[in-house]
Amino acid sequence: MTRHFVGDTVILLGRSLRHITRSLDTIITTTIMPIMFMLLFVYVFGGAINTGTESYISYLLPGILLITVASGIAYTAFRLFLDMKSGIFERFQSMPIARSSVLWAHVLTSLVANMISLVVVVLVAVLMGFRSGAGVLDWLAVAGILMLFTLALTWIAVIPGLTAKTPDGASAFSYPLLFLPFVSSAFVPTETMPGPVRAFAEHQPVTSIVNAIRDLLTQQPVGADIWIALVWCVGILVVAYLFAMAAYRRKIA
Amino acid sequence: MRTDQVLSPAIHVRGLTKSYQKLEVLRGVDLEVERGSIFALLGSNGAGKTTLVKILSTLLKADGGTAAVNGFDVATRAARVRDCISLTGQFAAVDEILSGRENLVLVARLRHLRDPGGVADQLLSRFSLSEAAGRKVSTYSGGMRRRLDIAMSLIGNPPVIFLDEPTTGLDPEARLEVWQAIKELARNGTTVLLTTQYLDEAEQLADRIAILHEGRILVNGTLAQLKKLLPTVTIEYVEKQPTLEDVFLALVGTGAHQRPGTNREGQLQ
Repeated sequence: MTRHFVGDTVILLGRSLRHITRSLDTIITTTIMPIMFMLLFVYVFGGAINTGTESYISYLLPGILLITVASGIAYTAFRLFLDMKSGIFERFQSMPIARSSVLWAHVLTSLVANMISLVVVVLVAVLMGFRSGAGVLDWLAVAGILMLFTLALTWIAVIPGLTAKTPDGASAFSYPLLFLPFVSSAFVPTETMPGPVRAFAEHQPVTSIVNAIRDLLTQQPVGADIWIALVWCVGILVVAYLFAMAAYRRKIA
Repeated sequence: MRTDQVLSPAIHVRGLTKSYQKLEVLRGVDLEVERGSIFALLGSNGAGKTTLVKILSTLLKADGGTAAVNGFDVATRAARVRDCISLTGQFAAVDEILSGRENLVLVARLRHLRDPGGVADQLLSRFSLSEAAGRKVSTYSGGMRRRLDIAMSLIGNPPVIFLDEPTTGLDPEARLEVWQAIKELARNGTTVLLTTQYLDEAEQLADRIAILHEGRILVNGTLAQLKKLLPTVTIEYVEKQPTLEDVFLALVGTGAHQRPGTNREGQLQ
């Protein structure tokens, strides 16, 4: 029954986008934590942090954007969990529709919701003095990396969304993801970290993604970081997708 | 529709088994449901009713045996089965954030009907939900939710409908409303398989009743046949007292559910 895949996905996407526009508070709560971090680091810690750059907010913004996505996908898992719990997921699965479009609608909704949150956070950063001379192509590249990162994390979120027994269980997985940027180049240069921490920081995905976005926004030549970042994002995406589909098949015959 | 599908029973189950790890839920279930009839599957909690309904509605795979709906095997021709069924699960599967009308339009669009809005409006009035049509479902009462839930299942006129404990958790008034809706379905030729743990519900609605116990069908027959299973009737004279349900409905009942023994104002005669 793939004949209606696109049409059915569009209909179901319309449904879950309506959920978002009717509960805009989820977008606001998603952006509150990253904005608080941004205020805290720029106005409290920032003065004491030496990054070797002129503007700390420009240094910090890429990491804040990743935190925004990590907090946003908790809602992706939560929305999917509610559909499982309420039985509406089963209702859709017993109807003559393209079955996988139910999952894809959630994934695309996650993408849209996170993009809105990211725009809100960037606008707040602009109010706080963030400026970039990056051109359209640079911004498109940044948007592309962030979308890929969101997709990868969204497929991770699908797993607890499908399997969790409680709402807390559905969203708890995002906490470790929120703290990964702290042990990376997102807030401070990794050079000052002690050996093992530095080794971890420099080899985890957040550092290469942050560096790539930062280089694009500050018009520095983008080095190997962007390729490492892309490999990480695609790798996480593929592995998470496979595990999510396995969880999905266990749920639905 | 081919001839063999018309002649075959609406639901045909042979030797169906299903286990969750070591727990055997279904241990060889056989049953047949005739077209256009109401079939009640009676059983206590954990008897396997929901598991059976989930297998028939292609949400679960059986371990052994065969099951066919409308002539299509649920394992090998699941997509064709989904074309001709509707499932109303144990909990009203409605979208809380959408309005009642939006819920109906959503299902009508997913079923690729030509006039989703028209279909929705017709069902809203049929299930007395027109006034609440534009309200968020989260503001609905339990009975209204269930009515909406059943209305959503009727979209596209599927020939076979599964109702899994359709009245569990409803107040007596809402229960009567749901019963009314189910009777009307069968009158229009829809085959209904319903599960229930309420004996009176099976008595009220079903053409045939099967009792599912510990994963097997214990008995299967009409109400009259089941009654004959017990030894000779003993005749006792009992003063006919109104049941508490009669009293409750007489006091709070609306005109639509007037019971014998009350007048129009709902006063006891």
